Amino acid sequence: MNLERRDFLKVLSAGALTAGNVTSVFADIRKTLSPNAVGILYDGTICIGCKACEAACKQYNDMPPESGSLEKAYGVNDIWDDTSDISEKTLNKIKLFEHGDASVRNREENGFAFVKRACMHCVDPDCVSACPVTALTKNETTGIVEYNKDACIGCRYCMVACPYNVPKFEYAKAIPEIVKCEMCGHRQVVGDIPACCEFCPTGASVFGKVTDLLKEAHKRIDLAVGSSYDYPMRNLDSGDTSPKTVASYINYIYGEREGGGTQYLLLSAIPFTKLGLPEVSETSSASKSEGLQHGIYKGMVAPIALLGGLLYGAYQTTKNENSEG
Amino acid sequence: MGKLMETNEALELSYSEELAAQGVSRRSFLKFCTAITAAMGLPASMVARVAETITSPKRTPVIWLHFQECTGCTESLLRTTHPTVEELVLDIISLDYSETLCAAAGHQVEKSLNDSAKANEGKYILVVEGSIPVKADGVYCKIAGRTALDILNDYGSRAAAIVAIGSCASWGGVQSSSPNPTGATGVHKIIKDKPVINLPGCPASPYNLLSTVLYYLTLGKLPQLDSKGRPKFAYGRLIHEHCERRPHFDAGRFALEFGDEGHREGYCLYKLGCKGPETYNNCSSILFGDVGSGAWPVGTGHPCVGCSEEGVGFTKFIHEQADVYTDTPPASHSGINSEKAGGITVGGAAAAGAVGGIIVGASVMAAKKMKTEASATESDA
Amino acid sequence: MTHERKPLGGKLLTKPFWVLLSLAMIAGLLLIKRFLFGIGAVTNLSDGYPWGIWIVYDVLVGTALGCGGYSIALLVYIFNKGEYHPLVRTALMTSVFGYTLAGVSIFIDIGRYWQMYNVFLPWHINVNSIMFEVAACIGAYVFVLWLEFSPTFMEKLNADKAKNKMNKVLFIFIALGVVLPTMHQSSLGSLMIIAGEKLSPIWQTSWLPLLFLLTAITMGYAIVIFESLFTAVALKRPLEETPILGKLSRIMIPLLVLFMLLRFGDLAWRGQLGNIFTNGLLGGFFVIENILFLIPIVMLASAKNRMKASTLFWSSGAMLLGGALYRFDTFLVAFNPGPGYHYFPSASEILITVGIVSVEIMAYLIFVKKLPVLPVVKTS
Repeated sequence: MNLERRDFLKVLSAGALTAGNVTSVFADIRKTLSPNAVGILYDGTICIGCKACEAACKQYNDMPPESGSLEKAYGVNDIWDDTSDISEKTLNKIKLFEHGDASVRNREENGFAFVKRACMHCVDPDCVSACPVTALTKNETTGIVEYNKDACIGCRYCMVACPYNVPKFEYAKAIPEIVKCEMCGHRQVVGDIPACCEFCPTGASVFGKVTDLLKEAHKRIDLAVGSSYDYPMRNLDSGDTSPKTVASYINYIYGEREGGGTQYLLLSAIPFTKLGLPEVSETSSASKSEGLQHGIYKGMVAPIALLGGLLYGAYQTTKNENSEG
Repeated sequence: MGKLMETNEALELSYSEELAAQGVSRRSFLKFCTAITAAMGLPASMVARVAETITSPKRTPVIWLHFQECTGCTESLLRTTHPTVEELVLDIISLDYSETLCAAAGHQVEKSLNDSAKANEGKYILVVEGSIPVKADGVYCKIAGRTALDILNDYGSRAAAIVAIGSCASWGGVQSSSPNPTGATGVHKIIKDKPVINLPGCPASPYNLLSTVLYYLTLGKLPQLDSKGRPKFAYGRLIHEHCERRPHFDAGRFALEFGDEGHREGYCLYKLGCKGPETYNNCSSILFGDVGSGAWPVGTGHPCVGCSEEGVGFTKFIHEQADVYTDTPPASHSGINSEKAGGITVGGAAAAGAVGGIIVGASVMAAKKMKTEASATESDA
Repeated sequence: MTHERKPLGGKLLTKPFWVLLSLAMIAGLLLIKRFLFGIGAVTNLSDGYPWGIWIVYDVLVGTALGCGGYSIALLVYIFNKGEYHPLVRTALMTSVFGYTLAGVSIFIDIGRYWQMYNVFLPWHINVNSIMFEVAACIGAYVFVLWLEFSPTFMEKLNADKAKNKMNKVLFIFIALGVVLPTMHQSSLGSLMIIAGEKLSPIWQTSWLPLLFLLTAITMGYAIVIFESLFTAVALKRPLEETPILGKLSRIMIPLLVLFMLLRFGDLAWRGQLGNIFTNGLLGGFFVIENILFLIPIVMLASAKNRMKASTLFWSSGAMLLGGALYRFDTFLVAFNPGPGYHYFPSASEILITVGIVSVEIMAYLIFVKKLPVLPVVKTS
């Protein structure tokens, strides 16, 4: 009885150690933006929905054609944009918001607007935190979320974790990979910019340093509606501009705060929820999850203490059993 | 019916002699009638009436005034490559006054203008080519000692209807570009109590004038106009909507600079400043110069400059990108929240149901056995 | 303290066994399809719902059902409740099957299975990843379970020396066999914390690990009770274990009460209680879950009820169903990746899971008939 009680207390103390760490459970781990991080600013108000970005993305990332609804409806296959969303074959996608008679661009009522969906390249990416084998990594300089197929085990936890449903999985392949936008890293290495920005005819997608892009985005929001503004084309500092009439911006930069910030930023004249962008809290889920995990497993003290207690307890009981038996 | 046919035939016969003299076969005449009827947006059954109108010996008096302009519209009408088209038009109307075409000059021609206006008071059609300067009481343009403003007010008020041909007469044209020193203005800003049909374009497509005039003569009423006074049959759609390069736009294939590979391949000229997406005209459908496909600015590789559109042509820079007002057909754009596969299927539901049934069934049977066994042990005890 | 056990014997290839075998073979054919044409060829998984029943049933519910060994070991070896010792070996065996087949399911479900060992390579692992912890812990635990179960084989082979040696170090594996499930059963809950707003706030909480751990332990006891009673009936053995099972069932009550208090307390603290009533379908699922958890609390409250086999059977069944539903809700029902996405398992997907369960039952039958697992029945 005595022994039993003592063991019980030992186990309890080990358990208490585990529980004790729970106090630090809710301490968020926040990651910050690298000073040289690059990103894309997408301005939906000047996007004309021409899908040049999609076409260029397909071409420069060697992405295969799609077979989707058009194939089902008309029996035509291998159409490059036959998909309703980004997919394992399409890294970026222009989507159309329509309401009523859709007569006026950049208007919520009876209007229409475009939005481009692609990887947000989060400052504190949930997918990177989720990946058990470090197949998804955040580039320390550029901040690009990169994928390494040689590490990936295909568990698809990144897809569960991503609040924007960006990582896609090749369900139709026997040897599948996770597919996502990597901001044309292969082009950036040789001094080029992402294809979607390079080939955007209006400057709706511009490439640049995230800090500069944020400044530019704020500047645009502050412009007078109806005034003319020289929108930078392709690269924020390309010097090439295109004059356009300033639309009525929503006073919000999507991606400035979402999940601790993203490197893909969006501007729009209609509310972002209408464009299908999810409402994401300001702290990333990764920081909550990692905070909890590191709280419980701080230096592995708690599990080792628990194991110690259990080893003792189990030793005592099995010793009795062995001698008895 | 038979009678009508007879009259038609009789009319045609007499007229065909005239046409034959001009070297026009009956076949090509009817072809022209069919084309022009289609351009007006009228059904094929109207071809006979259009032909009838053209061959009618009754001529509608027309007075053609030139103000601040380049005579390009007249030239383009006269230089249509079918040699007799302009003659046909000039034959169905009685062109009583035109500075370009009148053989007479000076007081003689002024008299003819006055006589025609007096004789056809309220019946003639006034065609205006060129903008009207209104600054400094209109001193920037004077004909026979009168300002353009004065002349327009005089003959405009006495006309049945006014056709403003070209961008200048429609909304000011190139002369109205900032800073607009002469105060160049379109006709409809000055004459408010008469119907004004605007046929903008630099030059206006001659077929749009032919169609408008024939429409009026055939049906005795003005064609349906849009909010800017333009016939809907000609200006109802954006150039972009019927552009032969549109598939390249929809596929995001653009010529990035003049002479590059995309330009040579015939890609969309939007990025070079094409104003097709904001210009309402039918250039992309009826083309220019009657020489067949590709004979229009965009077809030759130059971006549309939006010459016919107020606020675009001569206002925006040629390289400046157009505002795109319309979306592509919804079918080619995916919606915000599209439906995806993965829903319940019959097979899935059946399999799930079977599994559920087996679990419940086995549990119930096991429990029954337990009860009987338990009661058995109880009775044993 | 030791109990005499012997193989059940009897004919192996019975009619039910043939049925199970054919189900397993159907699953086998479908698996060939899966490995030749990809996961999409047999499942209804999508970009929005990357995890389906293979993960939620085979892995989450499967390992929770395999917690019998863990729960009983906790009781017998750690809290020194020797009276439950007769339950150890059967419980352990269910755990061995549950976890091994969960491992197999993971192998089937993951896309790049040939690189699975990366989870154990120090230069590949990501210590921030909950999935890493889960994968590494489950992997290690499957190994530990087979070692814990190894004396059974040694008895069969009459390898007494090896058995004695094993028994000397068994305590290490027993301790590990408690630490590892504690870690990964809680982490299985933590998995969904990163899903953030995609999981309904009724389920999304920082307490997910503790809630999952509590239900896993409770389900461990419930499966021991359920399985003992069910197999007794199915294998036509007397219900002689009822008293000890009744006693065991009592432990479920405080665990469940703690779970309910924690759950409702957390919901109240986060101000999400109202959400249960406004959230239509999800609210309904939440209510069903809690009713299933309440059934054992109420039914097992009195000592008299705890002595009735059918009460034990139904209440432990409700507990298992509740725990399974809680896992299904957290990972699938209350998981909403956004408009347009749907998931319901395809027939092939279900058939593969059915096949895996069939293999599990067949293995159980083989083991109890050929190995000394079940206690000797005292003939009266």
